[in-house]
Amino acid sequence: MNNHTLTLAISGAAYLVAALMFVLSLAGLSRHETSRRGLVYGITGMVIALVATIVLVVQNASSLAVILLLAALVVGGVIGLWRAAKVQMTGMPQFIALLHSFVGLAAVLIGWNGYLDNATIAPELVGIHRGEIFVGIFIGAVTFTGSIVAYLKLSARIKSAPLVLPGRNVLNLGALALFVVFTVWFVVTPALWLLIAVTVLALLLGLHLVASIGGGDMPVVVSMLNSYSGWAAAAAGFLLNNDLLIIVGALVGSSGAYLSYIMCRAMNRSFISVIAGGFGIVAATQGDEETGEHHEITVDETAKLLAEATSVVITPGFGMAVAQAQYPVAELARALRDRGVNVRFGIHPVAGRLPGHMNVLLAEAKVPYDIVLEMDEINDDLPSTSVVLVIGANDTVNPAAALDPSSPIAGMPVLKVWEAEEVIVFKRSMAAGYAGVANPLFYRDNTRMLFGDAKVQVEEILRALSDVRV
Amino acid sequence: MSSPDLPTPTQAPKKTATETSLRIGIVAETAEGETRVAGTPSTVAQLIKLGYAVTVQKGAGVASSYPDADYVSSGAEIGTRKGTWSADVVLTVGTPAAAELLLLASGATLVSWLSPGLNPSIVDTLAALPITALAVDAVPRISRAQSMDVLSSSANIAGYRAVVEAANSFGRFFTGQITAAGKVSPAKVLVAGTGVAGLAAIGAASSMGAIVRATDPRPEVAEQVSSIGGTYLPVVVAEQAEASTDGYAKVTSDAYNARAAEIYSEQAREVDIIITTANIPGRKAPILLTAADVASMKSGSVIVDLAAANGGNVEGTVAGKEIVTPNGVTIIGFTDLTRRLPAQASQMYGQNLVNLMKLLTPGKDGQLVLDHSDVVQRAITVVQNGEKLWPPPVVAVSAAPAAASAAPVEMVPKKVMSAVSKAVITGVGIAVLFAIIAIAPAPLPQHITVLVLAIVIGFYVIGKVHHALHTPLMSVTNAISGIVVVGAMLQLTIEDPATRILASVAVLLASINIFGGFAVSRRMLRMFSKD
Repeated sequence: MNNHTLTLAISGAAYLVAALMFVLSLAGLSRHETSRRGLVYGITGMVIALVATIVLVVQNASSLAVILLLAALVVGGVIGLWRAAKVQMTGMPQFIALLHSFVGLAAVLIGWNGYLDNATIAPELVGIHRGEIFVGIFIGAVTFTGSIVAYLKLSARIKSAPLVLPGRNVLNLGALALFVVFTVWFVVTPALWLLIAVTVLALLLGLHLVASIGGGDMPVVVSMLNSYSGWAAAAAGFLLNNDLLIIVGALVGSSGAYLSYIMCRAMNRSFISVIAGGFGIVAATQGDEETGEHHEITVDETAKLLAEATSVVITPGFGMAVAQAQYPVAELARALRDRGVNVRFGIHPVAGRLPGHMNVLLAEAKVPYDIVLEMDEINDDLPSTSVVLVIGANDTVNPAAALDPSSPIAGMPVLKVWEAEEVIVFKRSMAAGYAGVANPLFYRDNTRMLFGDAKVQVEEILRALSDVRV
Repeated sequence: MSSPDLPTPTQAPKKTATETSLRIGIVAETAEGETRVAGTPSTVAQLIKLGYAVTVQKGAGVASSYPDADYVSSGAEIGTRKGTWSADVVLTVGTPAAAELLLLASGATLVSWLSPGLNPSIVDTLAALPITALAVDAVPRISRAQSMDVLSSSANIAGYRAVVEAANSFGRFFTGQITAAGKVSPAKVLVAGTGVAGLAAIGAASSMGAIVRATDPRPEVAEQVSSIGGTYLPVVVAEQAEASTDGYAKVTSDAYNARAAEIYSEQAREVDIIITTANIPGRKAPILLTAADVASMKSGSVIVDLAAANGGNVEGTVAGKEIVTPNGVTIIGFTDLTRRLPAQASQMYGQNLVNLMKLLTPGKDGQLVLDHSDVVQRAITVVQNGEKLWPPPVVAVSAAPAAASAAPVEMVPKKVMSAVSKAVITGVGIAVLFAIIAIAPAPLPQHITVLVLAIVIGFYVIGKVHHALHTPLMSVTNAISGIVVVGAMLQLTIEDPATRILASVAVLLASINIFGGFAVSRRMLRMFSKD
């Protein structure tokens, strides 16, 4: 017995150390120089927490429980490592969304166990315990189905267009109200059917919530789900009286919320309006007043223009990821830099389908991170830039956002590529971007369109460039 | 907007002239000293693409180094003087002589540099003929019409050529060097007036290595000057130059002129080369450099006066001549700088005309259509079928800074919470938290304390994260949110089969998260490398 209290004390200390490690890990991840150290902190914290927990379980449970634990841990670990080694960098958004769903499901299961467990609880805490079960299951289930839908949308297994049900805001709010009613009811008279009802309700809410958000808002959705998975873990911590879960859950929850906030600010939209979804439909009817003649350019002319440029800025978007063009683009940047051209990348905060998606793709293609700049860092340099290459981006370079107050995306901060001397837009066709807003950039006098598959075109430019002598 | 892929130019069906399409004539210029031509082989090819047939007068391009054979290989025919002048559309560089106008066919269109504003008599002469006359030099200065602005094209050429002429007469290098034979200081160049010609001169001189300074009454040009390598010298007086509405600098005030004159006197003593470009349409050019300023310059200095044709910006300029003052300063007053770059000038003028013809040929079918509801087309029409249409209504141009500020961008005001309501919300939040912790039984207050503190830490830790690391950050937070595994593991100790099964599944799922999340973060972070 004395031995048992000692283990408890040691595990408590271990949990505190683990929690500190996680804080240091997140702090380290804020800069390139310390990011790898941050990862080591995170892994160390996790190992400490796991070892302390396993020791506790070994001391208190039958050998069957220990065997189950180790088996589940090993199987899960192998699956995780295998998938992580296999996933492509362009597939990162859906991979992360899928991982979020696991945390959500695990939280649901823990909540159910909290109900099934008939351990003796102090009478004044019984009501609170029941409430905690419901909150944990609710958040976990919303995270689970929301992440699954996000995964399916990001991996293009279902259409990414927003689902529009009549009165969708009423549906969401109604589900929340129903959850409150169920919780109160369950606190008074615990019944299994209530538990099942609230689980189903939360699963449906998660489904609907993410289904009604369009593909372009995915960076916000993914970081929002990240936040939810943290709150699910924190709720489990309340249920199990475990401070480590609460600390880590709150860390993840608040950091995810902050990331969502950054993404929303980058789109000049409120968090609520993103969650309410349906941005694309409102804008789609917007007029075609900003049309005119667009000018095309050939691959050879582009290569010549690039060879003669003194500075080039490349602004990639989701289209680059779709075309898998990051390798030829990186190769082009390298070739131009070898010629003495000042090449930099300008990344809009919501380019791609995941916060920082473009950075990861460019890093994969070995583009040094010190030439990959953020919108605010590059915007002031654009007027003195000779050529801007817009590869697979559309709404994030739309001058209407800055110049046309009547535009549906007015006020959204954008990369001011039109201020450069020449802009070359790589595009499949003249179709509008995700937001469905016409892009007057294409009709400007200093804009040239290069139609076709971005990867093929960039490779062609590379070939043409080697023939250009300056 | 949702149109399918458009064909690339190479796939477009090649237009050829049909019997109904009009014939364009490009004549040989006859004015004294004229070296240019209104079309080059490359612009002729583009005209043919618009559906026109093109006839070039024999020898028209010789002075610009474009032999007849090159025009033929671009698809043009070579014609006689009479044959070319009788085409449906006649393109010329200079205003045609009266005898040449008589060669025009009835109903023909003349596209030429006519200066109808400065030369009212030409308008009457043209109106007496059954023709349509378009003055290319009357294109309004709006962004859309920039591609047809022949004034800009020729000013650009003149500015460049002014530097070349100056370098030719200047007895030294432009660029500074340190050589075995000693140190060479860079030449100092002052450019007065930063219109198109001035900017071209700044760009040319700075790319040759000189130190370039520039003056202009419009302070907003400072950025343009520095963008091409010059230094802007502001004239600081109490009042500012009025914002111009026609894209040209306006006549300036007395106080301004006095200060500007001082700057010119100071600079004259210091610099090696001065290029003056101050032209005000329809007036005599202002004197910027007095005879005393010129006398104060170093021997061997060079002045190029681009306003020589308009009276000159420099006292002592002789239009069309290069003179040397008694103290050894060369003043170049050539008025034919564009003609001294004939191949380039013809190419740019010809391209301006092609762009104009594109506007006038909406169907690309070789049919010329004049649409008076378009300000550009209205502005250039001097005479249509014998009817006098000059002067056109005034067009306000987009070069004016006033236009930009006149339309304030009406952003939808974002709902910003007032300080009071923010304070109220914070107060209520604290009160609620206080109440919960006061009422809640034993372990709950402690948990809430931990939760609140951890949330605050989370915000602060993430607040400064580098944008490029958002994805790794997310996968790491995702991995550590797999910490729920601890909860599931502890539930395994409960002796109940159903609980054990659920807990095992939860452990398995959370482990995928932990291992997968950390492994993928490691993969990503390894890819980030510095140059």
